[in-house]
Amino acid sequence: MLKALVIDPGKCTGCKQCELACSLEQEGVFNVSKSRIRVFDFHEEARFIPYTCTQCDEAWCQQACPVNAITTTDDGVKVVHDNLCVGCKVCTIACPFGTVNYNASTGKVIKCNMCGGDPACAKICPTDAIVYADVEQAGHSRMEDWAKKTDSGAQATA
Amino acid sequence: MHHVILGAGPAGVVAAETLRKLDSKCKITLVGGEGEPPYSRMAIPYLLSGDIDEGGTYLRHDKTHYDDLDIKYVQANAKSVDSKAKTVALDGAKDLNYDTLLIATGSSPLQPPVKGIDLPGVSTCWTLEDSRNILKTAKKGDSVVLMGAGFIGSIILEALVKMGVKLTVVEMGDRMVPRMMDDTAGNMMKRWCQEQGVTVLTGAKIEEISGDKSGLQVAVSNGDKLDAKLVVVAAGVAPNIDFLKKSGVKTGAGVIVDEHLATSAPDVYAAGDVAEARDLSTGEWDVMAIQPVAVEHGYLAAQNMAGVPTPHQGSLNMNVLDTLGLISSSFGSWQGVKGGESAKLVDEDGFRYLRLEFSGDQLVGGQAVGMTENIGVMRGLIQTGYHLGDWKDKLMKSPQRLTEAYVAASQGVTHV
Amino acid sequence: MSWTRKILRVNLTEGTCKDEPLNMEWADKYLGQRGLATKYLVEEIDPKCDPLGPDNKIIYATGPLTGTTASTGGRYSVVTKGALTGAIACSNSGGFFGAEMKFAGYDMIIVEGVSKKPVYLTMIDGNCELHDASDLWGKSVWEVDPAIKAKHQDPMMRVAAIGISGEQGVLYACVVNDLHRAAGRSGVGAVMGSKNLKAIGIRGTGGVNVDDPKKFMAVTAEKKAILAENAVTGQALPAYGTQVLMNVINESGALPTRNFRDVQFEGAHAISAEAMAEPSGIDGKPNLLTNAACFGCTIGCGRISKINEEHYTVANKPEYWHASGGLEYEAAWALGAATGVSDMDALTYANFICNEQGIDPISFGATVGAAMELYEDGVITSKDTGGLEMKFGSPEALTTAVELTGKAEGFGKELGMGSARLTAKYGKPELSMTVKGQEFPAYDPRGVQGMGLTYATSNRGACHLRSYTVASEIMGIPEKTDPHVTEGKAGLVKAFQDATGAVDSSGLCVFTTFAWTLDDFAPQIDAACEGNWTTDKLAEVGERIWNMERQFNLSAGFTAADDNLPQRLLKDAAKTGPAEGLTSGLDKMLPEYYEIRGWTKEGVPTNETVSRLAL
Repeated sequence: MLKALVIDPGKCTGCKQCELACSLEQEGVFNVSKSRIRVFDFHEEARFIPYTCTQCDEAWCQQACPVNAITTTDDGVKVVHDNLCVGCKVCTIACPFGTVNYNASTGKVIKCNMCGGDPACAKICPTDAIVYADVEQAGHSRMEDWAKKTDSGAQATA
Repeated sequence: MHHVILGAGPAGVVAAETLRKLDSKCKITLVGGEGEPPYSRMAIPYLLSGDIDEGGTYLRHDKTHYDDLDIKYVQANAKSVDSKAKTVALDGAKDLNYDTLLIATGSSPLQPPVKGIDLPGVSTCWTLEDSRNILKTAKKGDSVVLMGAGFIGSIILEALVKMGVKLTVVEMGDRMVPRMMDDTAGNMMKRWCQEQGVTVLTGAKIEEISGDKSGLQVAVSNGDKLDAKLVVVAAGVAPNIDFLKKSGVKTGAGVIVDEHLATSAPDVYAAGDVAEARDLSTGEWDVMAIQPVAVEHGYLAAQNMAGVPTPHQGSLNMNVLDTLGLISSSFGSWQGVKGGESAKLVDEDGFRYLRLEFSGDQLVGGQAVGMTENIGVMRGLIQTGYHLGDWKDKLMKSPQRLTEAYVAASQGVTHV
Repeated sequence: MSWTRKILRVNLTEGTCKDEPLNMEWADKYLGQRGLATKYLVEEIDPKCDPLGPDNKIIYATGPLTGTTASTGGRYSVVTKGALTGAIACSNSGGFFGAEMKFAGYDMIIVEGVSKKPVYLTMIDGNCELHDASDLWGKSVWEVDPAIKAKHQDPMMRVAAIGISGEQGVLYACVVNDLHRAAGRSGVGAVMGSKNLKAIGIRGTGGVNVDDPKKFMAVTAEKKAILAENAVTGQALPAYGTQVLMNVINESGALPTRNFRDVQFEGAHAISAEAMAEPSGIDGKPNLLTNAACFGCTIGCGRISKINEEHYTVANKPEYWHASGGLEYEAAWALGAATGVSDMDALTYANFICNEQGIDPISFGATVGAAMELYEDGVITSKDTGGLEMKFGSPEALTTAVELTGKAEGFGKELGMGSARLTAKYGKPELSMTVKGQEFPAYDPRGVQGMGLTYATSNRGACHLRSYTVASEIMGIPEKTDPHVTEGKAGLVKAFQDATGAVDSSGLCVFTTFAWTLDDFAPQIDAACEGNWTTDKLAEVGERIWNMERQFNLSAGFTAADDNLPQRLLKDAAKTGPAEGLTSGLDKMLPEYYEIRGWTKEGVPTNETVSRLAL
């Protein structure tokens, strides 16, 4: 059964624990600017929205990669292989969610890799706004619908 | 069913893989013109700068990848196509019969009509073979002249600097990457390069190259005479369509295709750099020689070849470039559209630039220099055509709030 | 690690910004934030200096756990000599500004001197600069915050600023960060304004390192679980915010009402947490939209509210038709019970303006309460108030007063002096409910006896956050004591004061202490920081800080006579409720307190105490 990060913005309080945990897991330091997940604070609308890679099926980043450095794990997670990534950044413009980013200090791109099956953001979230669960669960489909809108036709029938 | 694919770049390889996914029994022949496994030209600069070896440029890393998928790989160049007889004549291999044919032969660098362009020591930078030549010829400390500061020239630029050569770039346009970025961005990039010790001459033309193996002299239209161990030519590319004369396949600037990427000849399709397909932003048919479009075309053409009619809505033009650490990107109608509005953030000191182009309250294009965070949302907003409403006004004031606008748009954040 | 070990020194007279290494010897004795910044201040300024003069300094300081994943690790404090009190001032704030300072690479900012012209400071990673702020002067916090982000073209910047009140010397002006979090008390914003420093904008992309990340993650996770399982921090605060107290305190007969004339408010329910969540009058939507957390906080007590669009305060002002920081208990009390106003939207509006213009709602509301009493007693008339009818219970009086005070216009200038100066001006100093010039918060010392001693001895003037004995006396944390007796309260107050001194120096929020004791803080600090941080060491750090603050105040001219309460609380008994008939028994608690503290009968730390604490 495919699992994914199921995000319920209604439960988010904007505490950024997910960003802290992500940066520690991925970068070994508490540094929210290096987190793969980001909480958007729409202050005037009273909304907090955690935002990260949706691990979409036919991933634009993966298809655009010229050297096949992004592969899919058995769990459906799109993972960047640092030994193969040349740092060309094509995936960063190809991902319509903007969730693949270039890390100038390593010369490679970074994205959410689900921490190898135990996502630190979900583990630390104090309000269950982020849970690691079965993809069929409500909440994920919404992002998928949105993903389809970005289609150029290439993915529409996939 | 025999599918023949001419060209083993990203379009060809993705098409072959997609065909296999759709039909486990069909016969697939992939024809590549160069003497190595299918590789990516995008990766060549990283080979030049020594970040990767040749293996690192390969499109697929598993040695038995094509065998495993039962894709027959043939190394040969296409000489001609007979679309009536459904045959392809190859140079270096047996001729092939096909049921469907994909033309994905890509493009080749242009050789501008400059005296001395054929001298030894003058090289394009397009193939792995070119790279080997460049690496052999130019060593640390040598003077190198780069002709052209377009997209490809600018990508090679970084690799050449990393090789440690003394570099002069000569660009005919009034700025760097004139077909990808506007003058604010192009000149910002020029200033950046110059601050890093690269001489950039814009509005200048190479008039003549002379000399021999021991050294070349380059005469520039501004009167400069430059010594060079190596001249690298990056003066643009053109689709490889010469072999299609008399084939029955209609060509213009590239191969003319319809919305299913089918050519004028039955069962013949085209994809990638060679195809004149639909540009999403303009709605016009045009050659878009960029990696993500090649992949999209390859995928889509394969669907149509396999009998799954899939129309192409058009591809979004987009580019990303790393010029000595200054990263720039452009998307869609970055130069703006008639009756549209433009929002700009210019930070000359910080080498940051962001320009957004709107039509009504929809984003239709944009460019960025020195800003990479979540940059893909530009594509998201342009391609979905989302109506930004009052977020457009916010972006007119603060274009850097682009990602917020995207998230707000996609998640339905509205007034409470 | 966990300290960045770097401070920024800004000299406004010279216009310079310089990095300095953090004094790690002091860090080991004073931890960070409140303690460490106070140490720097007392070493660097003359305690007798004019708080609004060039010799005062103002320090913005984080704690070692600020910017880490420890729950509530987003705090910073503003430390200076208080404009309202002339005593040590230390105002603590949450939001995101403190963590950003750490990410920019700094533990604290020391600001000294006075700029000739209005300026603002930016810290973009290690790059710190002063900029001309003449175009921002005269603007509100809500205008300055987005303006600085736009100027520097970075929406991710975090801004702390003063409003017009701080520029104009409203004596309880605060420093507001992230639009609605404030270093609220004692007039730290007025000090900032006196230096012509309008704002600080920070953007940091660096990281915070801890000593032992694995151990730290494990111990912080364990402590977060304690918060989650605790009824207060796990349920009451997220659901109701601090406003959960409104009905509780009212029922305890300890809700000071109409300038402490009464101890229970008939309108309490209408301004309570429960009322905030109920669909309200005109548009049928509740006042409360969601709860919100400060950086790293797993409690999430913050309220995000909206004023009814048709309410008279905003009907013609669509610029206020958005969500923002809503009522917290102290603000709801001061703007409501202390003034007798029970109109929730009027209170929310007044709270918005307090945030927008940077004024402390506690001191403001309490001062309005005092002004209303002066007005009802006929001491002042509408001639003095510029036509404003300052009647108890009048929402219009409250909301007009807040607009005027926020901009220091008209009668607002007088209200901006605080209740001590206002009542003294009209010859009625006994109507000011203050200690050391600072207005009381929301607990009546007649109904909660420990709070009387808390207020009287608080180093920054009347304050609940220096030793929140309400936790014990009303809520039973860590154990229940009788709120109506004085026995044992001296020891209780000292214990709370010392523990809070350490907590306020850690980078974490004092609200965690509903669930945590120092035993819970110590292992978190120990895993993050170099040195050996035990519970005992923290308690000693807290006591050392308390005595250091006391010594500063004594040097500034305060004496035991200032450890006192207004006569009303000592003489006039509570009229209703469980505490009916009681007055504050301060005189019974104070001598014992001095003794437990190791102070002389004059309230001066003995030589033995000073040397024991290595002061």
